[in-house]
Amino acid sequence: MDWINSIIQGILVGGLYALFAAGLSLIFGVMRLVNIAHGDLIILSAFLGLTISTSLNLHPFISLIVVIPIMAIFGYVLQRGILNKTLGNDILPPLLVTFGLSIIIQNSLLEIYTADPQKMNAGVIEVASLSLPGGLSIGWYPLIMFVISVLIIGILQFIFYKTALGRAFRATSDDQEIAQLMGLSKNHIFGLAMAISMVVVTIAGIFLGVRTSFDPAAGPSRLIFGFEAVIIGGLGNLWGTLIGGIILGVSQNIGAKINPGWQILAGHIAFIIVLAFRPKGLFHRIDG
Amino acid sequence: MPNKVLETKNLNAYYGDFQALFEVSIDLFEGEIIAIIGANGAGKSTFMRSVTGLIDRIDNEINYKGLSIKGLRADEIAKKGLAMVPEGRKLFPSLSVEENLLIGGQIKRLGPWKLNTVYELFPDLYDKRNIPSNLLSGGQQQMAAIGRALMSNPDVILFDEISLGLAPIIIKSIYQNLPKVIQKGMSAIIVEQDISKALEISDRVYCLQEGRIALFGESKQLTRQEISKAYFGI
Repeated sequence: MDWINSIIQGILVGGLYALFAAGLSLIFGVMRLVNIAHGDLIILSAFLGLTISTSLNLHPFISLIVVIPIMAIFGYVLQRGILNKTLGNDILPPLLVTFGLSIIIQNSLLEIYTADPQKMNAGVIEVASLSLPGGLSIGWYPLIMFVISVLIIGILQFIFYKTALGRAFRATSDDQEIAQLMGLSKNHIFGLAMAISMVVVTIAGIFLGVRTSFDPAAGPSRLIFGFEAVIIGGLGNLWGTLIGGIILGVSQNIGAKINPGWQILAGHIAFIIVLAFRPKGLFHRIDG
Repeated sequence: MPNKVLETKNLNAYYGDFQALFEVSIDLFEGEIIAIIGANGAGKSTFMRSVTGLIDRIDNEINYKGLSIKGLRADEIAKKGLAMVPEGRKLFPSLSVEENLLIGGQIKRLGPWKLNTVYELFPDLYDKRNIPSNLLSGGQQQMAAIGRALMSNPDVILFDEISLGLAPIIIKSIYQNLPKVIQKGMSAIIVEQDISKALEISDRVYCLQEGRIALFGESKQLTRQEISKAYFGI
């Protein structure tokens, strides 16, 4: 029964990993931008949520109402002001610039919040659990986190494949030059993609901040989890990203069950196995 | 006399340090169809790309309805009513046929072209509207590319290498449909390597040679000999 419990917990945490990955997958899919600062942006939104929830005395989830618009606007401005200028045939400039951004965010957070780990308090929901037959129990918080993650990925999927904005994203991703001939401003489209990515990042950041402690240097490991989930699931496939996150979460929990020191290692091994046998990920990009 | 909708004045265009167009002056009047002909590398597509804002480095003026559009981005020019059917069709492969048409229509200019009018013009597209655009035949892709440009209800439509790579029967069908496409008031520039087709469909012809205008005049008045000389430079 312990093994089943580990797998269930792995599935639930996989939803959070999928959220880490969804924003990354979205901006890579639309503009071929690999955002090295993605993990740091997750941590930045967690700190922002912490500051707003403590200073305004708000529940962390209510703080999302304030943090989401701030991060979305920040993402749009960041994209239009800096990142758009780095995009082109050479993939190196965006890598270098987002790497620089990662360092700036980490050091700024260190300066403001110190290196002490922080955590947001969401109250009883954090410890409440649901008892299942067979002595299994599922925490309400991980369950809610998972359901919301699935919902968000469903919404992203809907935006991408059923709305005019999604069409514009896919057209710009296919051929930027021709998309411009259709009256689409690629700078604006990329800005919107980054803003949506930041919305997902913010939700992931707040979930993370309630679930576990975080500090200014926690971003890169979240970036790696995000990368692994995206690549396991297949680039450009949002449901694949969810499956990738779940595989990563389950692998980590099984690893931890075997030996607590193997938790992270087991996730990396699962990633390498998928990469070895399915270099393009488990699922193909969904087109049309 | 009809109004001038598009004019280039001594247009020079560059790819980096390489100059591809040399003082090209072309006028297009309301309701007129002009053809641009020339051998490979003559600068026909460069001209089209310059007019639609796809080339960064150009000298001198491009005026659209009396206002300069030099320096505007391609999306800004498209919103003013200038649409292009690009060489090689260039449909968006991850979009279905209908989504490709809808992308053309997202500019939301008023006019006769909507999904149903495009489907009336090209009934084949209606049957294939939900399939990925890259599964269409070459001719159907050209129809979809024309439909996509029409969906923006442009005042000027540019066709770059309209018949390139298509079977003769498809070319014939597309040329038969062109008069319906280019409705009263709409103006068009057609880049075409098939001289006969270009002369047949157009009011005036410009022949480019190595980035310069080698010949221009009314399509019905130019002789084969004049065109061959300008086209091949011999």
